[in-house]
Order: sequence, then C-alpha cells, then structure tokens
Amino acid sequence: MIRHVIKRLLLAIPTLLGVTFITFLLIKSVPGDPALSLVGERANPETIAAIRQELGVDQPTIVQYAGYLRLILKGELGRSYYTNRIVADDIREKFPNTFRLAMAAMFFASTIGIGLGVIMGVTRSSIWDRIGSIIAMAGVSLPVFWIGLLLMFFFSFVLRLLPPSGMGDGNLLYLILPASTLGINSAAYIARITRSSILDVISQPFLVTAAAKGLSRARVIFKHALRNAMIPIITLIGLDFGSYLNGAVLTETIFGWDGIGLYALDGIIKRDYPVVMGTVLVGAAVFVLINIAVDICYVFLNPQIRIRTTGREPG
Amino acid sequence: MRNSFFTYIARNNTMALLGLAALVIIVLAGLLGPHLYPYDPLAIDLDHIKSPPSLEHPCGTDSTGRDILSRILFGARISLFISITAAFGAMLIGLLFGLLAGYFSGPIDTGLSMVTDIALAFPSLLLAIGITVIFPPGITTVVIALSLVGWASFARLVRGLTLSYKESLFVEASRAIGCPTGRILFRHILPNCVSTILVALSLKMGTFILAESALSFLGLGVQPPIPTWGSMVGLNRMYIHSAPWMVFFPGLAIAVSTLAFNLLGDALRDYFDPHVNV
Repeated sequence: MIRHVIKRLLLAIPTLLGVTFITFLLIKSVPGDPALSLVGERANPETIAAIRQELGVDQPTIVQYAGYLRLILKGELGRSYYTNRIVADDIREKFPNTFRLAMAAMFFASTIGIGLGVIMGVTRSSIWDRIGSIIAMAGVSLPVFWIGLLLMFFFSFVLRLLPPSGMGDGNLLYLILPASTLGINSAAYIARITRSSILDVISQPFLVTAAAKGLSRARVIFKHALRNAMIPIITLIGLDFGSYLNGAVLTETIFGWDGIGLYALDGIIKRDYPVVMGTVLVGAAVFVLINIAVDICYVFLNPQIRIRTTGREPG
Repeated sequence: MRNSFFTYIARNNTMALLGLAALVIIVLAGLLGPHLYPYDPLAIDLDHIKSPPSLEHPCGTDSTGRDILSRILFGARISLFISITAAFGAMLIGLLFGLLAGYFSGPIDTGLSMVTDIALAFPSLLLAIGITVIFPPGITTVVIALSLVGWASFARLVRGLTLSYKESLFVEASRAIGCPTGRILFRHILPNCVSTILVALSLKMGTFILAESALSFLGLGVQPPIPTWGSMVGLNRMYIHSAPWMVFFPGLAIAVSTLAFNLLGDALRDYFDPHVNV
C-alpha cells in the first residue's frame, strides 16, 4: 500500500510540471517583455533586472521555463502591477478565507446531497424519487452566480434574514449564503451518486438479513446500506472539493468574500496578469494535490484495493 | 429495428421530451426571434428605464431602457453558437488524441495520456480564465479557450473505447485483410464510438453553456454592447434588489438551456445503453 501511495505521489510530479508549463506558456503569450509582465512596469529596476536575469529573457524557451520554475520554487509568483505587493503573500493571506468557505460548502453539499440521495434511493421509483431526481438534475444545471444572486435577493432583501455580503469577522451567519451557493451544484451531484450507490447495495443479501433479523428500517438504511455505499460518495465529495476553486471565483465575487476568488477577479478586471496567473497556478496546484489526497484516502477506505495492492507487493 | 430516439423519449422519458422541446424553442428563438420581435437589443430608451415585466416588455427593461427579452433572444445565438462550436472543437481534438492513444500502445499512448492527464488536472474555469484574460476577448477566444479546456474528457473516453475495440474480432479481421491503420481507426473503430460520443457531446454542450456564461459574467466573454446571458447577469447584478428581473430572466435562460442539454444527454445514455432497453 505504501508503494501505491509513493507511486501516486511520483505521478503528481509530471502533472504539476505540466500545470506550471501551461501557466508559463500563458505568461509568455502576454505581448511584450515577460519579465515586465511578471512584475509590472512600476516595480523597481533592481527587481525587474533580477527577474529578467532569472527568466533568461533572451535564452531559448526551455531555459526560460527552467528559470520560471526556479522562481516558483522560491515562492516568487510576481508582483501586482497596481499595488506592487508580492502575489504569493497576498495569496497566502487570502487562502484561509477561501478554505473556510470551501469547508462550509462541503458540509452543506454533503448533508443535503446525502440526505436527498438516501431518500431517493430508498423510495426508488416513487413520486419522491422522481421529484428528487428533477431537483438534482436542476441543481447540476444551475449557474452558480445566478443562484447566488437569487438567494441573496430572497434571504437578504425580501426576508431580511441573512447579511447580503461581506465576511462579518467570522460571524457564521455571513457564511450561510456563500457556502450554500458554492455547494449547490456539488449537492446535486452527491445526491445523484448517493442514490445510485444506495441502489447498488440495497438488494444485497446482507441487507435482507439485517431487515429479517428485525432491525429498524432507519438502522438498516443508515448503519448497513449507507455505510457500504459510502466509498463512491466520499470520492466524489473529495473531488468536488477541488472544483470549489472554480466556483469560488464566482461565489466570492457575488458575496464580496475576501478570498483568492475575489482576488483573481480583481486581477481580471485590471488585467493584472501576475495576480491572475498566480491564482491560476496556485489553484491548479491545490486541485492536483487534493485529487492525490482523495486518491490515497480511497485506498485506505476501500479494502478491495488495499488487498489487491498489498497482494502485489513481494513478501 | 428498434424505436427511434424520438419515439423512445416520447414513450418513456417525459422530462427529456420537455428538454428537447425547450432546446428546439431556444434554437428557433435565437434564429428567428431577433427578426420577429419588435425591439432592438441595443436600442436605448431613457423613458423606460428599469421597467418591471409588463405586456409591452415581457421581461422588463434594464438600466438604460433596453428590452431584456430582445437581449435574451440575441444572447441565445451567442451562447448556443459558442457552446456547440466549442463542444465540437473539444470533441475533435479529444477524438484524435483518444483514437491514437488507444490504438497505439507504448510511448505514443504514454505521451498522449500524460498530456490528457495534465489537462484534466487543471480546474477548468481557472484555465479558461487564464486563456481568455490574455488573448483579445471575443467569440473566437472563448471558443478556443473552451475547446482547450474540454477536450481531455473526450480523449479519455475515446481512448478507453478504442482500447476495448482494438482487441475485438472485427478489428483483427480488417487488419488481417490488410486495411490501412487510418481506415481501421476511422471506418471501423470510430463508428462504434459514436453513441458514447453523442452522449458526452450533449452533456458537454450543457457544461459549456454554463462555462461561457461564467466567463461573460466575469467580463471575459463576448464584450458589450453585444448582449450575452452571462454578461447580462454580471453587469446587472448591482440592481438585484431594485430590479431583480434584470438578473432573473437571463439566468433563467442559462439554467433552462443547460438543463435541456443535460436531460437530453441522460436520455441518450439510457437509449443507447442496452441494459436499460432490454
């Protein structure tokens, strides 16, 4: 099993290299001097000279790429054109906010998604299952930014229950709308996968046995069926967690949540390339790392894989 | 002969039928609407700023008095054109990668699969943002960005199918009678992938409607004054409490079109899946 984990970690290296290569190509596509497109014209001359030196502007592309990699490994993602602040520092500062939002969204999506999915699974083909399927299908198709605005309109302006935007110094009320917005697509996906994996296990003999020996229906469903249906659900939850970075750009924009999504938007509006590319690069790297973590957890969760991989190991 | 897809959904899948109907209406509305509907999507009417939905303006007007419905009708062309073209673009790239990677094992497969994995490892919207922020904004940039973001899932799908068909008897037979590789790939293996690709294509069009509107929402899509659904939501979002219809109707158009493509894709999958049909 350790071998599997190491193999997975090693496989991440070419992926991360590829990711950096793509952002490198994008930065190179900005017209003009790539050193200037990384730090901006307002940076002091020494910084520009140092970056130009590091990038090797007049060297062949591959040497430039090596220079770019060196910069990244040093944690140098460039300077903002406008504030002249170090992009890596800004991202480090704002990332925890996005992380908190993503955790809350994951909690929302799992609770609603698994709940809805279990109801659909155990009432298969009933009217509840049909209604649930329509809700889940609609949930997958809703544009995040639109549903966010509608939730804001309804809960903040009509009902006046929740604050429309901002972070409220950690007040949990401020987290409710952004987290539900960010989690809504994911909740719908989780509901669909929960339904199908409940259906996969529900007709298995061990559940018939559990019901036959007189266990309550709730106990059969939650203790026996759901537990065995959990592996694909957890995988999906983990994978979706990575994709929250996509949604964060939109959600944070709407709710004025001061995370890396809002930071990226600010960069987009001002065409502040280091800010945009820094966020894209960090976002992609986090996404890759989360996927690997999910993959490794999967091995621990699924005894079949565990046995298969350990079985292959010599001795 | 089995039933046609249309008969199949008409009998078994009401939701997909509704989806198909919605799609036909949206396509017709996009094609004919701007010619039939009396208002110009760009005409400013300062006497009717922010009017709520009425008989005269069924979806209301925006902050400069432009009719929202006429802008939605015009936006349908852009959203549909971009999502359909980009989905086909992504499919073509993915098809080529997938067929080659699946058919030729060894270094070609390893190389192509690695590129595919890297493309899949990127969060799609972030990559699309990275591309659209650098190149001059417009329809072409968005189509290219979405194709570059979306091809990898097709490649993985087609590679898997090709791998399984490559060992089958009919491919071995065509190889034995001396068929050139190109003919085997495109005349023997490809036709067998069509049904799976169609399903993926329909779902991808739904995803791309969302992605295009998200880019427009962020100001990275087709630029004003040309109306797009996403930019209508994005530019009008500050009026959400005073004139919610300005945001509601364009977003509804996005949601309904995406839902229609998704329903259709799901129905196609059920239709092609022999287990469901038996």
